[in-house]
Amino acid sequence: MTFSVRKESNGVVVVAVDGQLIVGNRQELKQRILDALEAGDRKFLVDFSRTGYIDSSGLGVLVSLSKKIRDQGGDLRLAGLNEDLKTLFELTKLDTLFGISDSPDEALTAF
Amino acid sequence: MRPALWADVRAFEPAAEGLEAELLLRVPSDVAFVEEAVELVARHLEVSFIDRRLVRFNLRLALTEALANAIYYGNAQDETKGVAVRVLFGRHAVHLEVTDEGGGFDYRFLPDPTLPEARMLPTGRGLFLIRNMVDEVRFNATGNSICMILRRD
Repeated sequence: MTFSVRKESNGVVVVAVDGQLIVGNRQELKQRILDALEAGDRKFLVDFSRTGYIDSSGLGVLVSLSKKIRDQGGDLRLAGLNEDLKTLFELTKLDTLFGISDSPDEALTAF
Repeated sequence: MRPALWADVRAFEPAAEGLEAELLLRVPSDVAFVEEAVELVARHLEVSFIDRRLVRFNLRLALTEALANAIYYGNAQDETKGVAVRVLFGRHAVHLEVTDEGGGFDYRFLPDPTLPEARMLPTGRGLFLIRNMVDEVRFNATGNSICMILRRD
């Protein structure tokens, strides 16, 4: 898994993930977002358009990040989930915890 | 020397429950090997099992969870220990056995991670996901070996 980070003009930090967010690689993504939070960023969008699956460790990182970001008055939104991933978020009821948009563009307007 | 992933595939005799081939892996107790091991298994199953969507998502996710549990909780990331993966497969069925070298755990009493108070927790979803990704889950008596079964007609 690799990921790229860019900042939109409205201040949203967009993290585009390429590959699976799983047990062997989740810490790097977590640390990158925590660093941005520490640096003052508050609005985050994780784009999973190029992700096939996310395991329980990956979900755990998203839950943990969401709490930390909200504690700082920010927001973490998700976009680009494939049908399998949408089902995964419904199954775990984590769709109630995150703002989830079909596309990154749609998510950017939701902040 | 860095531990390595080891794999072997052979015909399964006698063929039972539609299971025709056997894939054996030994995965080092390091989560950095999980994705490589999962992809290796998935590549074999994508050309044999009838339902590719189940291989693409359900199987990959279930095997990832079982390997992570085995490495973290079973073997406590002890590099002298390994995880044995035995995959029996045919066109209509897959049995995924994942065995660690730990003392096992009690798989009967696990809290529901979808309850409102549990949703905010970063852990506790692994076995829940496994149970939802496959048709049947079996454990050995010790609790250090899980067998995940997928079937499609």
